[in-house]
Amino acid sequence: MSEKLRLRFEKTGRAVYISHLDLMHTMQRAFNRAGYRLKYSEGFNPHPQIAIALPLSVGAASRCEIMDFKLLEDPDLAELPARLTAAMPEGVRVLEAYEPSRKVAELKWLRVEGLFEYDERDAGEMAAALADFFRQEQIVITKKTKRGMGETDIRPAIRESLFTPGDKLVNITATISAQEPTLNPELLAEALRQLRPELAPDFAKFTRLETYDAEMEIYR
Amino acid sequence: MDKRLERILPRVQKPARYTGGEYNQIIKDKEQVELRLAFCFPDTYEIGMSNLGMSILYHTMNSLPFLWCERVYAPWGDMYEEMKKAGIPLYALESGDPVSQFDSLAFSIGYEMAYTTVLDMLDMAGIPLRSADRPGLLPLIWAGGTAAVNAEPMAPFMDLFVVGEGEEVDNEVMTLLRDAKRGGWSKQEFLVKAAQIQGVYVPSLYEVQYHEDGTIAAVTPRDGAPARVTKRIISDLDKVPFPTAPIVPSTEVVHDRVSLELFRGCPRGCRFCQAGHVYRPLRAKKPETLIRQGIESLENTGHEDVTLLSLSTSDYRQLPALCDGLLEYCEPRSIGLSLPSLRADNFSMEIMQRLQKVRKSGLTFAVEGGSQRLRDAVNKNVTEEDVLHTCSIAFAGGWNTVKLYYMLGLPTETDEDILGIAEMANQILHCWRVNAKNKNRGVKITVSTSCFIPKPQSPFQWEAQISLEEYLRRVNLLRSAITARNVTYNWHDAETSLIEAVLSKGDRRVADAIEEVWRQGGRLDAWTDYFSFQRWMDAFKTCGVDVDFYAHREAGKDEILPWDHIDVGVRKAHLWHEREMCYKSKLSPDCRHQCSACGAAKLLEGGIKCDE
Ligand code: SF4
Repeated sequence: MSEKLRLRFEKTGRAVYISHLDLMHTMQRAFNRAGYRLKYSEGFNPHPQIAIALPLSVGAASRCEIMDFKLLEDPDLAELPARLTAAMPEGVRVLEAYEPSRKVAELKWLRVEGLFEYDERDAGEMAAALADFFRQEQIVITKKTKRGMGETDIRPAIRESLFTPGDKLVNITATISAQEPTLNPELLAEALRQLRPELAPDFAKFTRLETYDAEMEIYR
Repeated sequence: MDKRLERILPRVQKPARYTGGEYNQIIKDKEQVELRLAFCFPDTYEIGMSNLGMSILYHTMNSLPFLWCERVYAPWGDMYEEMKKAGIPLYALESGDPVSQFDSLAFSIGYEMAYTTVLDMLDMAGIPLRSADRPGLLPLIWAGGTAAVNAEPMAPFMDLFVVGEGEEVDNEVMTLLRDAKRGGWSKQEFLVKAAQIQGVYVPSLYEVQYHEDGTIAAVTPRDGAPARVTKRIISDLDKVPFPTAPIVPSTEVVHDRVSLELFRGCPRGCRFCQAGHVYRPLRAKKPETLIRQGIESLENTGHEDVTLLSLSTSDYRQLPALCDGLLEYCEPRSIGLSLPSLRADNFSMEIMQRLQKVRKSGLTFAVEGGSQRLRDAVNKNVTEEDVLHTCSIAFAGGWNTVKLYYMLGLPTETDEDILGIAEMANQILHCWRVNAKNKNRGVKITVSTSCFIPKPQSPFQWEAQISLEEYLRRVNLLRSAITARNVTYNWHDAETSLIEAVLSKGDRRVADAIEEVWRQGGRLDAWTDYFSFQRWMDAFKTCGVDVDFYAHREAGKDEILPWDHIDVGVRKAHLWHEREMCYKSKLSPDCRHQCSACGAAKLLEGGIKCDE
């Protein structure tokens, strides 16, 4: 049996609509198709031992997904990415496979890119106003928590943010907290809808770009 | 991806069913193909992606190098609303291109309640509903599937139907369409030529005349179309292509597994059963073929379940050899093998125990009739002893749920027959008490009834359906007879069955009502979420469709039935004989014991014999 292994993969294009649960199932079948045998848990209802680090919400893309798994035999890690990618649905691409040296809990920050689309408004003005908005010391929004609706300040979960105007859109790059607390980047748009509706985009979408640890070193 | 689509997808339920991009989808270069075909399934993605016929034909049609066949399903209500609001027309999953740009739309219609969805999909694609309102050759709108055995209710909407199995005829039709497109033929020229292909029914080439009493006086073909359209079949199933690299959905669907088709046709001849008659003659695949195709499919899909499909799986002669071969591959890989339609009468202990090693599910019996007399009358060859014997083995082996399915309203049914249903449930309960190893887990027996629907091309095609009131009376009779705590009784409402009876036995005059229901908002009628009985009844009234005439009237022996010009192989005289046997409460032999010369064997080619 193999040691715990880690996969880094992309989920882009049409694959962004595959839900977290469906992705687990898709992964399982992709391993089967590629001829790798996942290790299953013991017990009455065995399931493959795979864990995707930070569930991605439906509609969001990522270039830095992380999944841990175990195989029944030791694979050739160099050939695994290409072989597994060939067995994936459109939009899922395996970047690398390795034996991880760090725990998932050490993953602290995520760099994300967002596109805020403005159909009728001036992108330059919006970019400037957005920068002002996210520079505030507190951004308190109402959101669903485990105990019903509650007030949360999302500002501490945003480490840095940059707003660049484009054609009918503002391009955002931000570093946001990945765990404890987890900030769903969708809340950046939600904050505007709640607090400054005139800045809220007509449509927003996000892509995860890179994973970092607490010291802002790239996490692997 | 279309920008408008990108904005609505995050808002709808299960968006992955609207995007395509699944593993094994077929992508071609649209500039390089001559024909683009939208293969439409008039129900949701989850249902359509579970349909083996659709999967087979997607691959056989895509084997034509000049054609790209893409999938199209009906969006669920939320997506439908969003698409309307955003002005997004119906699009195909592989390319995302609007269906209106395609050369042809082919519908796979398996059940009558899908009719309104067919119209809705045409409308969402911006295509006129009626064949007569589409003067050009393209887009060619056609359909196949079980609905083609009585194509009349949908006849005005379709340019042509294919009757029977599509693996060959679909490709012939598409090849002819390519020639027509190249040669710049008119639609009329094309249809006249297409009607010469065996299995092709072009409704516009048949004129229907009616008697004063509403029955059919004559159906007259023109332009050389055959007087009767003979169904197409594949004589040798071992040689026909079977897709061993089917598309693997990236989201959950109804049957998320590899399906293997053991045989086509059914040796049983249950008299209420349309499928058992229209899929004849009986042809089986060799176990070697199935094992090879099963293993290849599992390797190409990564599925963890394989299921054996057929009308009566346990009638497959080499079932033990097939199971052995598959289990040899499946067991070490924890792949589940399931047999969905095992019969009570030859459920073998051996097979059950072997499957038990892999997976265990509930026992299901389609008993259909409540007494032996009635079961003989409908030729349902299941005895109480068979059911009890199977149950005793199953209970001893640890099974503890049993589902029993019945129909109410079968020809010749009496109240005594109905009370027999409750009696059998009690017997099974008793059987459990005697045989169960571990009684702590309890037992669950479920009795379900549905209302009998007389179906075209079956021995009961002349029958009348019982009224809604009568069905309810029979339900209440049974309800008061079922008293045991472990026995649950579920009855399906008869309203859907009534609409189905009108649609399945309908003629061309019913088409107006189907269109009217769609105009009043009807779509996805197979779903209780969307089905409206009132909407159908109103439409029948508006369009002058007499429900009693179609559903509750017994047809005469010599009456021309709306589907008589479609020849599915089985002779009308055979069906009539079977019906007469019903009224004598007499069984007919199973094909395996004695061939009753039903007529379907005439379809076989190449010296192949029925059930060889
Ligand atoms: S030809 Fe004979 S054996 Fe074949 S399906 Fe008909 S009755 Fe059965």
